[in-house]
Amino acid sequence: MSIIGKLFGSDDTNALVMDEPRPTSFLDGAQDVIGKPINRVEGPLKVAGRAPYAAEYPAERLVYGVLVRATFGRGKLTKVDDTAARALPGVIDVITDYDTFIRSPGQGGATDAPPQGVQDVQYFGEPIAVVVGETFEAARDGAAAVRLEYEEADANFVFAAHKDQGKEPKKDQIPGHSKQGNFEKAFNDAPVQLDVTYTTPSQNSTAMEPHASIAEWRDGTLILHGAYQMVASDQQQLAKALGVSADKVRIIARYVGGGFGSKLGIAPESVAAAVAAKKLGRPVKIVLARQQVYEATVRRSNTEQRIRLGTDANGKIDALSHNSLIANTPYEQYWEPVGVGTHFIYGGENREVNHDLIPMNLTAAGSMRAPGEAVGMMGLECAMDELAEKLGLDPIELRRRNEPAQEPEKQIPFSSRQMIPALEQGAQLFGWSQRKKAGTDRRGEWLYGMGVAAAVRSNQLQKSAAKVTLTTDGRAIVDTDMTDIGTGTYTILAQITAETLGLPLDKVVVHLGDGKAPASSGSGGSWGAGSSGSSVYLACEGIRERLAKSMGVSVEEMTLKDGRAIAQNRAVPVTELIEENLSVTGQIEPGKQEKKFHQASYGAHFCAVKVNAVTGEVRVERMLGVFSAGRILNEKTARSQCLGGMTFGIGAALTEELIHDERSGKVVNRDMAEYHVPVNADVPQLEVHFLSERDIHANPIHAKGIGELGISGAGAAVANAIYNATGVRVRDFPITCDKIIEQLPFDA
Amino acid sequence: MRFTINQKTYEADVDVRTSLLDLCREHLGLTGSKKGCDHGQCGACTMLVNGRRINACLSLAVMHQDDEIVTIEGLGTVEDLHPMQAAFVSHDGYQCGYCTPGQICSAVGMLDEVKKGWASHVTGDLDQVSLTDAEISERMSGNICRCAAYPNIVDAIREVAGQWGEQAIKPAPRSAAEQPAQEKVSA
Amino acid sequence: MKTFDYQRADTIEAATHANGRFIAGGTNLLDLMKLQVETPERLVDISRLDLNGIEEREDGGLSIGALVPNSDLAADPRVVEKYEVLSRALLAGASGQLRNKASTGGNLLQRTRCYYFYDTASRCNKRAPGSGCDAIGGFNRILAVLGTSEQCIATHPSDMAVAMRALDATIVTQKADGDKRRISIHDFYRLPGDTPQIETVLDAGELITHVELPAPPAGKQVYRKVRDRASYAFALVSVAGVIEVKDGVVASAALAFGGLGPMPWRNPAVEAAIVGRAPSTEAFEAAADALLADAKGYGSNDFKIPLARRTLIATLRDLTA
Repeated sequence: MSIIGKLFGSDDTNALVMDEPRPTSFLDGAQDVIGKPINRVEGPLKVAGRAPYAAEYPAERLVYGVLVRATFGRGKLTKVDDTAARALPGVIDVITDYDTFIRSPGQGGATDAPPQGVQDVQYFGEPIAVVVGETFEAARDGAAAVRLEYEEADANFVFAAHKDQGKEPKKDQIPGHSKQGNFEKAFNDAPVQLDVTYTTPSQNSTAMEPHASIAEWRDGTLILHGAYQMVASDQQQLAKALGVSADKVRIIARYVGGGFGSKLGIAPESVAAAVAAKKLGRPVKIVLARQQVYEATVRRSNTEQRIRLGTDANGKIDALSHNSLIANTPYEQYWEPVGVGTHFIYGGENREVNHDLIPMNLTAAGSMRAPGEAVGMMGLECAMDELAEKLGLDPIELRRRNEPAQEPEKQIPFSSRQMIPALEQGAQLFGWSQRKKAGTDRRGEWLYGMGVAAAVRSNQLQKSAAKVTLTTDGRAIVDTDMTDIGTGTYTILAQITAETLGLPLDKVVVHLGDGKAPASSGSGGSWGAGSSGSSVYLACEGIRERLAKSMGVSVEEMTLKDGRAIAQNRAVPVTELIEENLSVTGQIEPGKQEKKFHQASYGAHFCAVKVNAVTGEVRVERMLGVFSAGRILNEKTARSQCLGGMTFGIGAALTEELIHDERSGKVVNRDMAEYHVPVNADVPQLEVHFLSERDIHANPIHAKGIGELGISGAGAAVANAIYNATGVRVRDFPITCDKIIEQLPFDA
Repeated sequence: MRFTINQKTYEADVDVRTSLLDLCREHLGLTGSKKGCDHGQCGACTMLVNGRRINACLSLAVMHQDDEIVTIEGLGTVEDLHPMQAAFVSHDGYQCGYCTPGQICSAVGMLDEVKKGWASHVTGDLDQVSLTDAEISERMSGNICRCAAYPNIVDAIREVAGQWGEQAIKPAPRSAAEQPAQEKVSA
Repeated sequence: MKTFDYQRADTIEAATHANGRFIAGGTNLLDLMKLQVETPERLVDISRLDLNGIEEREDGGLSIGALVPNSDLAADPRVVEKYEVLSRALLAGASGQLRNKASTGGNLLQRTRCYYFYDTASRCNKRAPGSGCDAIGGFNRILAVLGTSEQCIATHPSDMAVAMRALDATIVTQKADGDKRRISIHDFYRLPGDTPQIETVLDAGELITHVELPAPPAGKQVYRKVRDRASYAFALVSVAGVIEVKDGVVASAALAFGGLGPMPWRNPAVEAAIVGRAPSTEAFEAAADALLADAKGYGSNDFKIPLARRTLIATLRDLTA
């Protein structure tokens, strides 16, 4: 047994429950890699095409599966006629397992099986069978040859016709309904009132990598290469769906081609691949067709948001109401928390934030980048712009007047809050003072305008673990089932390890996405960096303690740099302080700090657009964001996250809309030619700035999530700029040319 | 069927319906080119065929037996990146990385088009081509990046166009002399 | 995709005798075959035929081989210089990758982007004659307001063909019996009527070999495309215009439209409304009235009528400025 082993026995875990603030951090260390704009460590693999995604693992005797969809919106499947399919050359089998196949994807973080029972069809496009072929071509042809017999049942495809059927959903991250004071009275008494209704459509994450699984059973254990954000809970979902114990399922997701929420839970192809692989005794690969991604993976619910704001003559809000209607498939519990940011962004004594969920026979709704804020802040921040206009106030001044000193509902302090500084710095950098009166800046055919919106995103810490091993040859190896979905996880975990252990970055190896590694928070809710990063940090902290002890010095007096431990005028290579590889598992858990302090990240968006007065076409000319999110772990990857969020905001404001045919519930625009995510030409050279910050209440690394902050309010800034350009207020997103054209002055 | 990909000869007996993309990904182990939509709507599958960028998903393998095909694997390697690959790393011209090989192949092919004097939708005078940011954005709009690294992609391409000139504009697989002589790979 | 016989044709004769579906770039055909919207039993690969040149004709026009890729056509110096509207239309379409692959002949034969045509689970008279039309009464934002029938409201998606129509192109074909035809683009497309599945006057096995452009028209040329995204999106409305103003009056005008009808749209009454008149708002409005006199919206595409009107008037201003 090593010296370390003798000193510490087998207890190799450093766990922390975040009950107290953590004011000091070894991240402010000597190695000086944290925060730096370091290139992604896995970058060369990605640009060389050598980073393997889910569908890219070779397997012996591999066969291909293609899912078959229900071609009706609701009813009972009475027969899957596979005669023609089976007759096709290369088709091996047509498999359906009504009870086991999942209807729709699992929700993020759920540990139960997703809804099963595909015979009872609940939406058009529900996957009900899989055709397996020796080749992809054979399986695809086979899937098209399957004929279905069914009895249709009454269904709800029309949101507008069922708005009276909303029910308060079960409490989740926030309560379905919440009230404080007497909103109705305060609103009626308010000298200035705004009462507006905004609508947002269904949206789809449209990650570039379609959902994919390769399932293979080895000695009774399922190995599934999948495209997943949260490996640990996905393993549980998959095990429960298949009726096997969790230790019989191992998911591997080393590289994930984007998720944005759509890969939080398991998607239908995983269970189908596992069932088929078991039946055939061969590995089965299923990759969803893009059309199936639109039809059968989670959408963001459409919303209808009634926002009422009552203020005094100076614009101070006394009454605030944000009531939302949202939808989901009848059997689903998930609901879009539209008002999550409304709870704490502005002050006001009398407030209500309500959500009512309408059951509809459409593709299940689930998480998409910044559930709640992404759409709720579009409505609220546009409403604030309308209120400013009504009051004759600059929108930034209006926000200044409604800045709460503490969280306005729970009456607890903010752990940090730099929303007004973000607005003020952004205003200066952007040239906000150049903004003109609405509809007055016309040059030729183009109308020019500027808009602003605030950004907020609740910060969450999730239980997360990681093992770090310091090797006798001076490397550190990180093992966790955490994923990198493009967020920069590989890089920031390497930076945290290098900084805390005083190692050059190239001495750190990070292994992610393997379900047999310690369970992490997974990637979702912008909690990955804070949670998973803290677990790695704690593991390294544990190693530091052991190194200090081995050196015979205190942790505080020891400096680690370039592979050496320095204390008391001694400098010793860390490899000399260990006799064998030293592993410590770090684990973080949320604690009292999140009850004592309201934790969120903040920011501001500024946008300049031009709108063609003839055609109504909108083009974003400039966009700038200022953000504060605690410690920025990597300036480069953090900036990229913000670019992504802001661009999602542009898409939400201008083009993105998943359309269902109201007669059949079918997704009409189920491809990337007609579901319009922004292309390069839609996005100018966006500008991103960070405010310096540490959040000692959030976690031991003082960092907060940033992946979703960038989308919060971004679409509102675009919409507000359109109003400023045209004088036309569109309250129905996306703001396509058809909605404004007839209100635009053809001639100047 | 016989194919020339990245200056190697491959023989593969594939279904006539196999796309050039699926040939590479499913039969030859060349998984660098990605399938994002399979309908020419995203650009993740972009390869260089006879020096021109195309969507490999919308092309039958059987139609490319006489062509010179270059995929991302042929542009450069992890150890020896093509200048465009290196610029994508240094400018963070990606996030999840899935659209990236297509973006890079497209960028290399695009610069060659600029070199030939081809105009774009945003070109003012069609015979006066210059590579502004707006030109790069327009010309790269056939490559969707949902992570939205667009500003960084533009930065990367601008740098390569400016610093490397012709060298980057040419698709540059390693020279034939460095390759094993016409290695045959069966699939 | 259903399986098919694949045959490569080395000569035009071999192609026309092959009794199959021609494939050149394949960018639209394979797209549709993957969804089984198209299910040809035999594909005849014409991509290696010697039809990829652009030659000047004695009358001062151009003869464009059917296999000339869209990129090359757009970049051809003669096209850039004398048929700018065609270059502009091509460059407004698709993406760099698609333009590198898509052929001139294939572009003319693009099928509609109607959502319901693209999904075999929907009713569509164009795809499955007699099955009905789910676009009527459904979501039809991108579909036609001119030339529709009770059976079909599909639009033709091409940009190139709109410019070709403004330029009075002629489509040269060869049939299996060796007969060559020269078909004016004005006679090439058919309205849907009761047979929306038949889109052109081509016979089975008839191959487009060339597209001829007459001598370059006098005057200014413009292609204006309105779309949801700044790039890589089909036209909601587009206008290809060629106008010559002489002595203060419109001497000649050619105006064709995309996004509005089942074919690249041209209506002589639109041009008649302005030719011989001084450019003026009244004249332009008369042209728009003529264009849209019979326009019919189907709900979500109603906006195309005012959009077309405004786009046309602005384009006319630009052309006569």
